[in-house]
Amino acid sequence: MTNANLSYVREEMLAPQDPPLGQTGVIRWLRENLFSSWLNAILTILSVWFVWTVVSHLFPWFYNSIWSGGSLNECREIRDATLGEGASAACFAVISDRWQQLLFGFYPSDGYWRPILALFLFLGSIMPVLFAALPRKLLLGTAAAPFVLVWLLWGGSIWVAVSVALGFVAGFIAYRVVSSSIGSSLLAILAAIAAPILYWSVLHGPVSGAFSGIIPIELPKVQSKEFGGFTLSVIIGIAGIVLSLPLGILLALGRQSNLFLIKYVSVGFIEVIRGVPLIAWLFTASLLLNYFLPPGTNFDLMLRVIIMVTLFSAAYIAEVIRGGLAALPRGQYEAADALGLDYWLSMRLIILPQALKISIPGIVNTFIGLFKDTTLVVFIGLLDPIGLAGAIRASTDWQGIYWELFIFIGLMFFIFCYSMGRYSLYLEKKLQREHR
Amino acid sequence: MKKTIFLGALTVAGLAATAASASTLDDVLARGKLNCGVSTGLAGFAAPDANGVWQGFDVDMCRAVAAAVLGDPMAVEFVPTTGQTRFTALASGEVDMLARNTTWTFSRDVDLKFEFAGTNYYDGQGFMVPTSLGVSSAKDLDGATVCIQTGTTTELNLADFFRSNNISYEPVPIETNAEALQQYNAGACDAYTTDASGLAASRATFENPADHIILPEIISKEPLAPLVRHGDNQWGDIVRWTLNALITAEELGVTSANVAEHAAAAGDNPEVNRLLGTEGELGAMLGLSADWAVKAIAAGGNYGESFERNIGSSTPIGLARGLNALWTNGGLLYSPPFR
Repeated sequence: MTNANLSYVREEMLAPQDPPLGQTGVIRWLRENLFSSWLNAILTILSVWFVWTVVSHLFPWFYNSIWSGGSLNECREIRDATLGEGASAACFAVISDRWQQLLFGFYPSDGYWRPILALFLFLGSIMPVLFAALPRKLLLGTAAAPFVLVWLLWGGSIWVAVSVALGFVAGFIAYRVVSSSIGSSLLAILAAIAAPILYWSVLHGPVSGAFSGIIPIELPKVQSKEFGGFTLSVIIGIAGIVLSLPLGILLALGRQSNLFLIKYVSVGFIEVIRGVPLIAWLFTASLLLNYFLPPGTNFDLMLRVIIMVTLFSAAYIAEVIRGGLAALPRGQYEAADALGLDYWLSMRLIILPQALKISIPGIVNTFIGLFKDTTLVVFIGLLDPIGLAGAIRASTDWQGIYWELFIFIGLMFFIFCYSMGRYSLYLEKKLQREHR
Repeated sequence: MKKTIFLGALTVAGLAATAASASTLDDVLARGKLNCGVSTGLAGFAAPDANGVWQGFDVDMCRAVAAAVLGDPMAVEFVPTTGQTRFTALASGEVDMLARNTTWTFSRDVDLKFEFAGTNYYDGQGFMVPTSLGVSSAKDLDGATVCIQTGTTTELNLADFFRSNNISYEPVPIETNAEALQQYNAGACDAYTTDASGLAASRATFENPADHIILPEIISKEPLAPLVRHGDNQWGDIVRWTLNALITAEELGVTSANVAEHAAAAGDNPEVNRLLGTEGELGAMLGLSADWAVKAIAAGGNYGESFERNIGSSTPIGLARGLNALWTNGGLLYSPPFR
């Protein structure tokens, strides 16, 4: 029975071993993701080759960038001296030489703080609108912001801006008084329109003049012609965005209205504006209006462009919001009626909050498009960043430089558009518009 | 019918515009600034420098007029205009004059109702080719691919030239000058054609300018001229004679350096005296002060000085005087006499 101790199975455990080399770590990942079949292997190799070609050309160009020098030829001399003849190097000296111009156009250089402060003021004043967590009292500041910003950018006496703002206050008071005493909302709206017009045509001049006489607070005036570069793009873009949203909402509601006139005026406006390219409207603003306006009237070109851009984007916004309105179930409208709300209350409390929530991606999309479309003003002779790039290239110092300018301009636009896109994502997440 | 009404309204608006505008000179004096239409950017002719101050050959013309009228060469509001907006800007009164390397043609003068105030630069269409192509005359370009900007007179001139010389070519149509140069440098075409001044300016910015030559043939006439609206002859005269004053000053040897000295007292040369207002009443006839030409010359120098500073052989653009030399030096610049 000497064999009784023999066992058929091992008595001790085998030490665990590493998995085969091909089934672990990087190699496994590579095999699964990049070389899982012949086709994928070929595609992988081709992609790597492509990426390598692009990077190997672009990296030295960026890495060797030259940031000092007064002209393209100086750039080339520096490059030849430090890197050897014909090396690939970007000449970003053009940016360090002309960045003020690209950002501010011909804005007086001792006033550069004004557009910068205006941008921060704008961002600050828009915060209570964008983030509901902030106290609602701040909205008063938001309402005052447009007047402060216009005064800051164009200069002049602060009392002109204050007095213009008083006109809106007069309208608001007229609305309150009429609606509480007579109770007719139509009359109240008419009063709210009439009061500011009366105020502006009669009292505006004396009021602003009197206050300027007593407490003169003035900034040096800046003409619209002196605006340029990103200041111009951002002003046109922001003014267009801020003005076109309310106008677009009104147009979308108008298009759904049961009133014949309002409905077909809205439809006609939207279809006509949307059916013609923006560049054609810009040419209308800059060329055709000149013939119709009486000579000597100085209707600011920048204002004309802002109006055209606003109308154009309002038509698109209206259609985006109409999509949101159409997506609401009929029951929502009926529920609002059943509660006894009038038209404006039901829109404000029930319909629009839901419709706008649905339309957020579309609205932000339109705004991003609008902001980038501001570069079209180059065709009517306004010097936006693209136009200034042309003007900079026209100086003998920088003729023949292309990519560096366009990369800078592209980067600036990307920063603005990307932040808008991120905000829209944040808003969507917060409002959770999907039915869970 | 509706169209007629529309056109009628346009005409009325146009007539009203003509009738209502006071004299341009009064407008400019009241405003204290000259509105001058320039290019949005053309090397050597008009471009803002790093401080945002406009510089260039066309810009100097604006400054000379501003100096003559207002006494201050910096009292100019430059309005950048594109090829499309330039004529409307002038016709609608947005600018008082246009100095935007605009070719003087029959239809622009007669049909568009402008008044050209004399040529300030005689240009012409030329060709640029790489030296390696081994071509020395445009007539050797048989079968060549030629980069050309679309929608310009240069396109038509090119077709005319090749047809009249019985040789063939293949056009590569391109939208802008910058793009055309990229294409040319990338070898997409054998030759690039545009105004000779533009060719020279572009060639100067190449990495190796010596690798490219500008062929001797000039195949078109492009007299570039400042222009004003029809109907205000006094203003037209002011611009025309400011240009003539700059040309005459060069002819008489009056420069920005010595103009003050010449103007201090009447000298031996009666024409210099008349030009600078130390003798005669020429300034008053224009409705300007007696020393209008002194200020215009002091602003940017005489024609030759402005040429040398902006586009002449000492600049990177390096244009020779050529046709733009004085008639006494074999060029075309010939100002009527000041008397």
